[in-house]
Amino acid sequence: MNIHQWLELALYLGALILVTKPLGLYLGRVFDANGRTWLDPLVRPLEKLTYWIFRVDPAKEQGWKQYTFAMLTFSLVSLLFTYTILRLQNFLPLNPQNFPALSEHLAFNTAVSFTTNTNWQSYAGESTMSYLSQMVALTIHNFFSAAVGMAVAAALVRGIARHTAQTIGNFWVDVTRITYYLLLPLCLVFAIFLVSQGMIQNFKPYTSAKLIESQTISVQKNDANGKPIVDARGNPVMENQTLDTQTIVQGPMASQVAIKMLGTNGGGYANANAAHPFENPTPLSNFLQMLALLCIGSAMTYHLGRETKNQKHGWSVWSAMFAMCLAGILICWWAEARGNPQHQQLGIAAADGNMEGKEVRFGIMNSALFATVTTDASCGAVNSMHDSFTPLGGLVPLFNIQTGEVIFGGVGAGLYGMLIFVVLTVFIAGLMVGRTPEYLGKKIESYDVKMVLLASVILAFVILGFTAWASVSDWGKSSLANQGPHGLSEILYAYTSGAGNNGSAFAGLNANTPWYDTTLGIAMLLGRFGMIIPLLALAGSLARKKIIPASAGTFSVSGVTFVVLLVGTILLIGALTFLPALALGPIVEHLLMLKGNLF
Amino acid sequence: MTHKSVSIFDGKILAPALGDTFRKLDPRLMVKNPVMFVTLVGAAISTVEIFRSPADQVLFVVQIAIWLWFTVLFANFAEAVAEGRGKAQAKALRQTRTQTSANKISDDEKIKTVDADSLRKDDVIVVRAGEIIPADGEIIYGAATVDESAITGESAPVVREAGGDRSAVTGGTRVLSDEIRIRITCNPGEGFLDRMISLVEGASRQKTPNELALTILLAALTIVFLLAVVTLKPLGIYSGVTFSNPVLIALLVCLIPTTIGGLLSAIGIAGMDRLLQKNVLAMSGRAVEAAGDVDVLLLDKTGTITLGNRQATAFLPAAGVTERELADAAQLASLADETPEGRSIVVLAKNFGIRAREIHELPGAQFVPFTAQTRMSGVNYEGQQIRKGAATAVKQFLGGTLSPEIESAVETVSRSGGTPLVVATQERALGVVHLKDIVKGGLAERFQRFRAMGIRTVMITGDNQLTAAAIAAEAGVDDFLAEAKPEDKLALIRKEQTGGRMVAMIGDGTNDAPALAQADVGVAMNTGTQAAKEAGNMVDLDSNPTKLLEIIEIGKQLLITRGALTTFSIANDIAKYFAIIPAMLMVTFPVIAPLNIMHLHSPNSAILSAVIFNALVIIALIPLALRGVKFRPLGAAQMLQRNLLIYGVGGVIVPFVGIKLIDVIIAGLHLA
Repeated sequence: MNIHQWLELALYLGALILVTKPLGLYLGRVFDANGRTWLDPLVRPLEKLTYWIFRVDPAKEQGWKQYTFAMLTFSLVSLLFTYTILRLQNFLPLNPQNFPALSEHLAFNTAVSFTTNTNWQSYAGESTMSYLSQMVALTIHNFFSAAVGMAVAAALVRGIARHTAQTIGNFWVDVTRITYYLLLPLCLVFAIFLVSQGMIQNFKPYTSAKLIESQTISVQKNDANGKPIVDARGNPVMENQTLDTQTIVQGPMASQVAIKMLGTNGGGYANANAAHPFENPTPLSNFLQMLALLCIGSAMTYHLGRETKNQKHGWSVWSAMFAMCLAGILICWWAEARGNPQHQQLGIAAADGNMEGKEVRFGIMNSALFATVTTDASCGAVNSMHDSFTPLGGLVPLFNIQTGEVIFGGVGAGLYGMLIFVVLTVFIAGLMVGRTPEYLGKKIESYDVKMVLLASVILAFVILGFTAWASVSDWGKSSLANQGPHGLSEILYAYTSGAGNNGSAFAGLNANTPWYDTTLGIAMLLGRFGMIIPLLALAGSLARKKIIPASAGTFSVSGVTFVVLLVGTILLIGALTFLPALALGPIVEHLLMLKGNLF
Repeated sequence: MTHKSVSIFDGKILAPALGDTFRKLDPRLMVKNPVMFVTLVGAAISTVEIFRSPADQVLFVVQIAIWLWFTVLFANFAEAVAEGRGKAQAKALRQTRTQTSANKISDDEKIKTVDADSLRKDDVIVVRAGEIIPADGEIIYGAATVDESAITGESAPVVREAGGDRSAVTGGTRVLSDEIRIRITCNPGEGFLDRMISLVEGASRQKTPNELALTILLAALTIVFLLAVVTLKPLGIYSGVTFSNPVLIALLVCLIPTTIGGLLSAIGIAGMDRLLQKNVLAMSGRAVEAAGDVDVLLLDKTGTITLGNRQATAFLPAAGVTERELADAAQLASLADETPEGRSIVVLAKNFGIRAREIHELPGAQFVPFTAQTRMSGVNYEGQQIRKGAATAVKQFLGGTLSPEIESAVETVSRSGGTPLVVATQERALGVVHLKDIVKGGLAERFQRFRAMGIRTVMITGDNQLTAAAIAAEAGVDDFLAEAKPEDKLALIRKEQTGGRMVAMIGDGTNDAPALAQADVGVAMNTGTQAAKEAGNMVDLDSNPTKLLEIIEIGKQLLITRGALTTFSIANDIAKYFAIIPAMLMVTFPVIAPLNIMHLHSPNSAILSAVIFNALVIIALIPLALRGVKFRPLGAAQMLQRNLLIYGVGGVIVPFVGIKLIDVIIAGLHLA
């Protein structure tokens, strides 16, 4: 934890603060169907053409039920589209490596994963996906799932800001404008920048390189069915394999990586994700990728403040996110920099901490920072292996996801997730000022509380339910690479990541099995739409309400007290729900590590 | 009726409450409260588990089961005590109805003595001096003085008469003079008291909107913790830890918000009890809750902000007239005027050495009473026609002109909030009497406190703009509505409500009824008409207009108590986790020891301590739930910080101390 690293952290956080307001202002124009931007001359005709083709009347707004129906229809159709392409990959063009079609469960899992902005990958991209699959089947979701998330957040903000209104916006207009005015232009610029840093963008077949030094590795011997052969004592039979060539991935990478970060999708082009030299070539590309994945989430809070005409509230929500973000970074960094006492005793520790699973190029600080922010947001891109973090260092990403990824969060999803906690905070603490709870002038009544709780209970239900099921099932345990508390952390992380639509993995878990693919797919669907639908209902309910003018007796949703309360609520609800499971996983593991046991 | 509040742990309440505590164990009743229902199921399962436990764990499981039952019983007890207190208060009011017979007038005009309980709505009865009015009703004929001290505690008798706004009578009050005919307005069991009693009783009690929303929150938390605990079983199997059912149930009950879950309904009932102590009958729990939310208070000037009558405070003579001459004329004109204003003129004139003359001392004097046509009163005496009245009336009397200095005096008086009375003879105006509204003491500070809480006060008066503005300034209200007609009141309420504000008002007259019905909190005075009482959602038995302020404080206190105990309940969970989680894992993973930060004696004692604390805290908080948290009129920000410090931070710390203490005792007694 030296001065250069501190300065770099300060630079990162400073840049995040600086982009918040201008980007937030721009978001406001994008979300406004009549908003003007400097891209209008170029994009406006395209926008109008799109409306004409799809017969959308941009002037006609939708009630929450219509909005939800449109959102679900759109998601379902695009999900089926991707599923179809993945299943037919071998018949389709742009497949120079001649990859076969994906299995039913993997195609289901992958299609769901990209539709829900999770980008959980049960496969290694470079050895599974054709260029067409990457560019069309997957990348469109990187745009659309991000746009859907932002549209939902924009609709919820409209619900909060409006009064005695029946509509919350037009889904088709929102998605179109977000894609055309925000995501496409930003990604174009960002992709060109990434190419300038050395990231690849081509349609070449993979290249083969001859290794200077051939290597021999020991691998499990499989029978004809691909099942490992075991000896009489049940141990797998190993055989030696000599490697002398390396296949180097090629393809349209920069275009996918730009939206992967900006849209907080996180699905890597290569399996190593942002740890791959092509996918994250320079320190600058690393820095800007980290900034890209938080900037829209951060700007959304500014938009909230502006739209509700309470900029202080916007900044207060931002402050709560920022405080938790900073705390997470520092804990994770500290834990990783402290390293593993076992390594130190054995004299094999890296000088600056736990380097296992980290890129030497990025080092401890940039790995810890990346791991924290990628789970703050529901991004899930990684530049190091979270599985190899120290237990406490790994607890930070896990906890970030379990609290609902509300620390800036996924584009749109972060804000609407945070607003759940805002409403909960207002409801619990609001009574203490002697009035029935109200949020920005709207009374929070039974219906609203029901919707907010529905949206938050679903997360606990999916994560804990599936984890418990998997942990006692043969299908669940057979995929584990590690036993003991660490194995439990891996399962817990997988479902947490799925339900939270994060998509990062703790690795160590072979998730590409029919059971895991299917259950994780269901977890992702429930985690996404089980949350969005009640929140849109909340938006509709809030939009219909009258606004009670604020007075000295009104519960204030800005200022230090509110920020503390909000953070307290998030930590308490997060901790209270998941502490028992965390205790059996990372917490016990951490204590065991201190005592000398590793898993 | 006595007005002292019934003590929380009065024996008369405790004994029946204990019975109710067990009666409430009926699962059909318990299921209305999801948190306590889960606790009940947990207690039942633990009881069964006693027989399935290994011998060395039996004592532990027995204790767990006992304390879980206690948790449920304590919660039931809290509700029973709150109900008992409300019933006791209502009963005390009801006992005033000692009358067992009534003089019913049958259709053929014959008077028949019947049982009071047989009276039905629209029956007509006659009540004579000395008799008690048997039921709520409306005077249709006659006038009488009525002693209402049984209901209001006010000893001075009041006049009740047919027609107008003073026609309603309440059952249990006594007629002191004259004879009246009353039309009964409600069937037995449907009077205000009966409605009040049913509101505090469990059977017909409806959850208020906020209570319902809070119940949903508590139910959701219960579901989440149920998930967290149920999934521990398979996670334990994976990790090679066996969690016994009693331990899991103990964890569950400690985590679900039993504190607020057990006290929630008691808090609501206690709010109604406290209103009753202030002699206010609430017609619904919703009204009490709404009182806390009020943004605007509509207050009638007369009676609420000012003393009911104006008083003469100065004589402003015209040019060429001495103050004494004016005082003399004014007194003469007021001798026959029995209104408080008239009498105050006579009294003020004494200050100028004019003794109060009696009417019979003035032979030949002809007194002219006030009429709606002339709008003046006065006397014709010794050839002089002395008159006093409003400036416009006197102007007409004098042929349409008033001297400039009189006009300016009238203007000055009006502007200062007073009412100018011009005194004149048939020849000329002698001067102006300054009648002043006397603002009640202490109101300005009170309104100041309301302003701090964000509540706006609006004064309603029939006075003109100038007068209204001056009184409004003196009383410290935020706004005023001058020259108001009854329908203006309704329009103002509608306007405020359209702007999203909640409005409270107090009223008595029949023409107040629409406004009372429209207001979110409409308090009808007990002396008011039946129509007004039906329209409002509260009745003030004391008919004291300033009561509105106390009603709002009780509403706020109710909501704060709910929020404070919810926060406390959730904050408690942190310590319980630190007690139970290490205890559960200690055997399999001894490395967890550092998390046992309270250094509890043993795993069993840790779990037991948490369960016992969880049960005892309900009992400990019953007085607070019934009394309500201490209410201070502060702005929202200070109020929040204060309550957050006490109940939030306190809620984190207290259980650490409590659980540790209980653990020490348990270890000392070798109970675990």
